[in-house]
Amino acid sequence: MSGEAQLLPGTLDLLILKAVSLGPLHGYGILLRIGQISGQALLIEQGALYPALFRLVRQGLLEANWGTSDNNRRAKFYELTAAGKKRLRAEAEGWRRLAAAVASALAATPETL
Amino acid sequence: MNLFRRPPDDEIDEELQSHILLRADDLERVGLSRPEAERRARTELGGALRYREECQDAAGGTGVESVVQDLRYGTRVLRKAPGFTGVAVLTIALAIGANVVLFAALNAIILRPLDLPQPESLYSVHRIAGKSAAQSYPDYIDLRDRNTSFDGLAAYDFILAGFDSGTSPTRSWGIAASGNYFDVLRVQPYLGRLFHAADEHGPNSAPEIVLTYAFWHSHFRSDPSVIGRVVQLNKHPYTIIGVTPPNFHGTLLFFWGDFFVPLVNREEIVGTPFMNDRGNRVIFMTLGHLKPGVTPGQAAADLDAISTRLEQDYPKEHKHAAVSLARPNLYGDYVGGPARAFLTALMLLGALILVAACANLGSLFAARAADRSREIALRLALGAGRFRIVRQLLTEAILMSVAGGALGLCGGLVVVRWLAAWQPFPQYPINIPVSPDARVVVVAAVLAIASGLFFGAVPIRQALRTDPYEVVKSTSRTTVERRFTFRDALVVAQIAICAVLVTASLVAVRGLTRSLHAHFGFDPENVLLAETVLDMAGYRGGEVAPMQKRMLEAVQAIPGVAAAGLISWPPLATGGGDSASVYDDAGAEFTPRTAAATALHFRVSPGYLASARTTLLAGRMLTDHDDTTAPRVAIVNTVLAQRLFGSPAAAVGHYFRFTEATRVQVVGVVETGKYATLTEVPQPAVFVPLSQWPSSDTWLVVRASGDPQPIAGSLRTALHDLDAGLPVTIESWSSGMDLVLFPARVASVSLGVLGLMGAVLSLSGVFGIAAYSVSRRMREFGIRIALGAQRKSILSAALGRALRLLAVGSAVGVALGVLGARVLAFIVYDATPRDPLVLGGVLAVMFALGLLATWIPAQRALSIDPLSLLRQE
Repeated sequence: MSGEAQLLPGTLDLLILKAVSLGPLHGYGILLRIGQISGQALLIEQGALYPALFRLVRQGLLEANWGTSDNNRRAKFYELTAAGKKRLRAEAEGWRRLAAAVASALAATPETL
Repeated sequence: MNLFRRPPDDEIDEELQSHILLRADDLERVGLSRPEAERRARTELGGALRYREECQDAAGGTGVESVVQDLRYGTRVLRKAPGFTGVAVLTIALAIGANVVLFAALNAIILRPLDLPQPESLYSVHRIAGKSAAQSYPDYIDLRDRNTSFDGLAAYDFILAGFDSGTSPTRSWGIAASGNYFDVLRVQPYLGRLFHAADEHGPNSAPEIVLTYAFWHSHFRSDPSVIGRVVQLNKHPYTIIGVTPPNFHGTLLFFWGDFFVPLVNREEIVGTPFMNDRGNRVIFMTLGHLKPGVTPGQAAADLDAISTRLEQDYPKEHKHAAVSLARPNLYGDYVGGPARAFLTALMLLGALILVAACANLGSLFAARAADRSREIALRLALGAGRFRIVRQLLTEAILMSVAGGALGLCGGLVVVRWLAAWQPFPQYPINIPVSPDARVVVVAAVLAIASGLFFGAVPIRQALRTDPYEVVKSTSRTTVERRFTFRDALVVAQIAICAVLVTASLVAVRGLTRSLHAHFGFDPENVLLAETVLDMAGYRGGEVAPMQKRMLEAVQAIPGVAAAGLISWPPLATGGGDSASVYDDAGAEFTPRTAAATALHFRVSPGYLASARTTLLAGRMLTDHDDTTAPRVAIVNTVLAQRLFGSPAAAVGHYFRFTEATRVQVVGVVETGKYATLTEVPQPAVFVPLSQWPSSDTWLVVRASGDPQPIAGSLRTALHDLDAGLPVTIESWSSGMDLVLFPARVASVSLGVLGLMGAVLSLSGVFGIAAYSVSRRMREFGIRIALGAQRKSILSAALGRALRLLAVGSAVGVALGVLGARVLAFIVYDATPRDPLVLGGVLAVMFALGLLATWIPAQRALSIDPLSLLRQE
């Protein structure tokens, strides 16, 4: 699909943390939310999500609890922990610096050198 | 939070399932049918299984979670190879099981002290010479009153008495104990009260009896109202005053009594005075607690000084012997020494079995590691740490050894429980007190884990040497080791030992079956034995013979009784009996050294020899006329006739002497039989008339015309009608022979058990070697099969080594077994390895073992698919 961008390594975790920071979500909901907030530009392979979720839970960044979805399905909901919030801030800051640096690098012309 | 933070498999499944449903809901909303929506959702998610594994890996990490992960992985791997797992678990279960049984015995008999308060300060007093603890009563009193080291010194003796509580009199073993016995041992009553020193007031002054819990339970059905009831001991009235606690059985581990009576009353029960006889050491053991701060050495010196003074005061009666102190439970070193040596030897054997099992499993694991070198290389290449790989291998080994250990522990505990309930000799209260405790379980667990680490460590070097690049690139390592290794020698030794044991156990079993049909010099078929101790029913002196006559008449009147007689001890039913020195008639000196023979001495009624069907070869049988008024006569067996007179025929009518004064005429000669044991060399024996040599302790020998069991009831009734207070035990002569067959039975069973262990060890050993050789040469075989090699040549290449080891080991083992059977002939009657059934049996067993052990590796070697093997390269 032409509108999709390739995910850089390490960005999946950041996207998950961001998606969950907007409110508790189940796994499928996280996929939808990432699609939504990225303007459908970033689509994640469905199955790849879950290993990432388990890893984040193990690292103590997410907390998981079983609950009921809007349409009454039993589902596991993920929430940010305090550590998760801190990590999201740090990673987002890092990403912005990187993006700015890359953008500034790409904007360079022979004149500015 | 959960300690194992990783979610379980089913939780991952549930979450993935929930994802599929949610996605399907959305797809349905945009117009798909429900089944189509779900199918599509599932496809989008991809292979759920793959994600589950990834999720597990993601959720895992270091520490506890990764150990659990290793365990799961290990379980999965082991489950995939059931043959390998089965052999390994069985091997380790057997080794651990054997060690559990042995350690339970060692623990209960040697390590654990008596179940009494402060067992550490409890000592028995022994005279070093002969390790005996026996004392005379006056000596005991002096030791008790003059010593300054003991917090009270108690004494006891075992007595056998007829116990009559009004229903059915029984012969019971009891303990005649000094009045302070319970106070010295610090035993409290379970019920009622126990006797004390203050209850004793001279001979026969305290007719009180205390029952053990077990006897109270079995004989009185735990009825608390028995306190105060009067019972009869050898026809003397005793009042039941109390019951001891369930865990108190006296102070000997193996020999338990039914009741306790005051030692001062031993006189009337046994019938001989002893309380003023310093030369008569009737007391079985003296014991007590040391005072605080007194060492055993100081106490021994204290008693030694008293004993030395007693020798000065009573030089005739008291012979001083150096005093030593020991633990009472095994009668000091007398039983304790051999028991310790025996159990230590057994523990060494157990350790050897475990080491052999570990060595075999080590080679099995090496074979597995070789098989998995690609998998290990792959994991290394994907970044797994070497430590993690090693831990995974060890986890598998420990998983296996713990499973085997658990199985072995359960099996071992079953055997231990059976041993503890086993009473090898129903006539004697002998027990094997091996109750397991927590220590046994701990030892089993430690052994299991240690052996897992031990055999799991074998393939580690191999795994760590693995160069992922080389292996994945696949270098064919077809270098085959041809040299005879230590591992091979070990397997040959195991097979040889197994073959020895199998040979020996088959020889023993065959000998045992043959001995049941051997000729004993009497015919035990259809004969009942009833021991009658008339003492126990109060018969004394002149009352005995008329009662014995009445018993014989009553028994002969029972319909179905063909013949009946009395004998002082029936051959092969008691394990031995009286013997007497026999002298030449013309002899000048009558000391044991000049005796012509030591002959087994049987007192019989005239009807005995006919009842036993012992064949008379010359002369006449005994008759009722050979009584006190007639000259002394005897019947001798052929061996004694030969010794005394040169030939059986020459014996009749001639004389020999028992002592200078007792001159006896031989009136008949009977065949020689087996008397004490089945394996004895023919022994001289003499049969003398009971009327000329009276005894109140005789056995009724009752021959039935058919099956004797229906007569047993009438026999009991007849004796009960004669005297309701006479304790009677009735058994068939054949079952009475259980006692003499006991060593042979024990030999057969233990050899069989050891043979089974040897078989399992050899099985895992051969399996290990065969599996390893197939694993290492998989590629070579693949190529050979691709080049058109025959199945036969593949098999011989794959298994030749293992089978050659088996053949060598078996040959050595059978040869040793045949030699060893000569030793066995001392225990088992007619044990000979020159028996086609035995040799055939051994060969069949070893062949079956080889077939079983090489089956799986052979299947693997034959099912090699050259294409898939080559594709891997």
